[in-house]
Amino acid sequence: MADTPTIEATADHPAEHAPLPGRARRRGRPPVGRYALRLVVIAYLFLLVAWPLYLVAQNTFKDGFDDLSAILDDPDTVHALRLTLTIAVTSVIINTVFGVGISFLLVRYRFPGKRLLNAVLDVPLSVSPIVVGLALILVYGGRDGWFGPTLEDAGLQVIFATPGMILATTFIALPLMIREVVPVLEEVGDEQEQAARSLGANAVQTFRRITLPAIKWGVVYGVVLSLARALGEFGAVKVVSGNVSGDTRTATLVVEEKYLNFDRGGAYATAFLLALVAVACIVVVSLIRPKDPKEKR
Amino acid sequence: MTSTTVTGRRSAGDRGSAPGGLPLTRVSGVGLGVAMLWFSLLVLIPLAAVAVTASEGGWSQFWRTVTQEQTAAAIELTVGTAFLVTLVNIVMGTAIAWVLVRDRFTGKRVLEILIDIPFALPTIVAGLVLLSLYGPKSPLGVNIANTRTAVFLAFLFVTLPFVVRTVQPVLAELDREAEEAAASLGARRFTIFRRIILPGLTPAIAAGAALSFARGVSEYGSLVLLSGNLPMHTEVASVRILSSIENDNPENAAAVAVVLLAISFVVIVAVDVLQRRMVRRG
Repeated sequence: MADTPTIEATADHPAEHAPLPGRARRRGRPPVGRYALRLVVIAYLFLLVAWPLYLVAQNTFKDGFDDLSAILDDPDTVHALRLTLTIAVTSVIINTVFGVGISFLLVRYRFPGKRLLNAVLDVPLSVSPIVVGLALILVYGGRDGWFGPTLEDAGLQVIFATPGMILATTFIALPLMIREVVPVLEEVGDEQEQAARSLGANAVQTFRRITLPAIKWGVVYGVVLSLARALGEFGAVKVVSGNVSGDTRTATLVVEEKYLNFDRGGAYATAFLLALVAVACIVVVSLIRPKDPKEKR
Repeated sequence: MTSTTVTGRRSAGDRGSAPGGLPLTRVSGVGLGVAMLWFSLLVLIPLAAVAVTASEGGWSQFWRTVTQEQTAAAIELTVGTAFLVTLVNIVMGTAIAWVLVRDRFTGKRVLEILIDIPFALPTIVAGLVLLSLYGPKSPLGVNIANTRTAVFLAFLFVTLPFVVRTVQPVLAELDREAEEAAASLGARRFTIFRRIILPGLTPAIAAGAALSFARGVSEYGSLVLLSGNLPMHTEVASVRILSSIENDNPENAAAVAVVLLAISFVVIVAVDVLQRRMVRRG
C-alpha cells in the first residue's frame, strides 16, 4: 500500500469512475451514508453492551429491593465485598507507587534495556488470568513453589490467602497506571523540572513539587481505571484464592457461586453492585477527562 | 532484543538532556532497582516459572500435552474464535471510531462510555450480562448459551474497546486537507476512504487488532457462565489450564500456558514493530 497517496493518484481515479450524472458531489448530497453508519454503530453497541447491561439491572430489581437487601444481610457476601475492597485498594496503592515511579524513570531517564522494559510492562494486559494464577502458584505455592515453602516457614502464607490474591490483582492491573501516566509525562516536558533543579531543588523535591502536580490528572485516571479492574478481577483470584466462602471468596467469585447454585437473584444483585462500580468508574473518568482539543477541529 | 541493548548503550554515551533522557542518578538508579526487583518478583519470575515447569518433561512431553485431543481442540477453538472476532473488530471498531470522531449527534458521549464498559466490567459480570439477553430467558428469543456462538459473543464483548481506542486518536489527528483536495478533484467518498484515509489508519488498526486478538485468546471469566465449558465443543484454552491446575497437574497446565504466552509474546512484538514503523513514518 502506498505510504503517501498523492493527489495525482486519486485525481486520475474519478476519470475511470466518473460520478454518475444524477449524483451530486459530497457536499450537496444528503449524508445517507453517514446516517446509515451512525445507525449501524448505535445498534451494534445497543445489542452488545447497553441492552444486556440494562437487563441485569432489571433482573436485580425484579422483586424490588429484596435481592439487594438479601445479599447485604448475608454475612458471607458482605465479607466477600469487604475482602474485594481491601484487595483492590491495596493493589491500587501498590500499582500507583510502582506505575508513577517506573513511568517517570522511563520518560525522563535513559538506561540500557529501556525499550525492552517498555514492551515487557504491557505483558500483563495479554496474559490470561488463569496463567497469572498458575504462575503465582508455581513460585509462591506453599507445597512446592520456588519461594513458597521458605516464605511459609517464615510465617507468610501467600497462596490461598490474601497476599496471593493481592499479587494476582496487582499483576492484572499493572499496566493501566503506566499507560495513563507516560503520555502525560511526555506532554508536560521537563523544562520546569530542569528549572527547579538548576535552582537547587533535589530530585525528590522536584518530583514532589513540580512533576506530581503536573501529572495529577493522569494519576487520577490511572487510579480509577486500576480500581475498576482490581474490583472485578476474577480468573486469577479464583486460582490463587482457594475460594473458601466467608474466608477467601471475593465478590466476583460470589457471583459465580450463587449463579451455579441457582440463586439467580443473589447472583444478579451482586453482579449489579459490581457493574454499578465499574460503570461509575468509567463515567467519572469520562466526566473529568478534559475533552480532546483535537476533536473540535 | 539485541538491538535494544545496542541502542540503549549508544544513547547512554551522549551527555546532557538528549531525547533519550537524563543519565541515571543515584536516587533514580536505586528507584529503578527497587522497581525492577518488584516487577521481577511479581511478573518475570512467575512467568519464567511457567516456562521452566513446561520444559521439565522435555520437548516430547510438551508436544504430547498440547496435541492431546481435548487440549488441541480447546486451543484451536480459542485461536480460531479470537481470529474471527478480531476480523469483526477491525471492521466495527474502525466504523465506531469513525462515528465517534467525524460524526456529531446528541448522545455521542453515551457511546463513548459504552465503549469503555467492557474494559471495566468484571468478566464474570460480562458473562452474566450477555446471558441475560442471549441466554435461556432471552427477551429476543435467542438462546446461545453453551454453544460456540457464545464463545464468539463473549470474545466480541470483552475485546470491543481495543480497535476503537487505538484508531480513534489517529483518525482525529489525520490531516483533512488531502481528503478535501481529493473531494474537490471529484474523488468519490469510498475512493477517498480507501486511498487516503485507510493507509494512514492501517498501523493503528493493526495495533488494535493485535491487542484484541491477544485479549480474546486469554479470555476466561466471561465464558464461565455463558459457554458451559463443554469439552471438545465450547472449552477454551484457559479452562483447560484451570482444570489441569485443579487436577494437580501443573506440568500440563504450564505447557498450555506456554502456548498462550507465546501467542501473547508474538503479538506484543508485532505491535512494537508496527508502532516503531508508525513513528518513523510520522
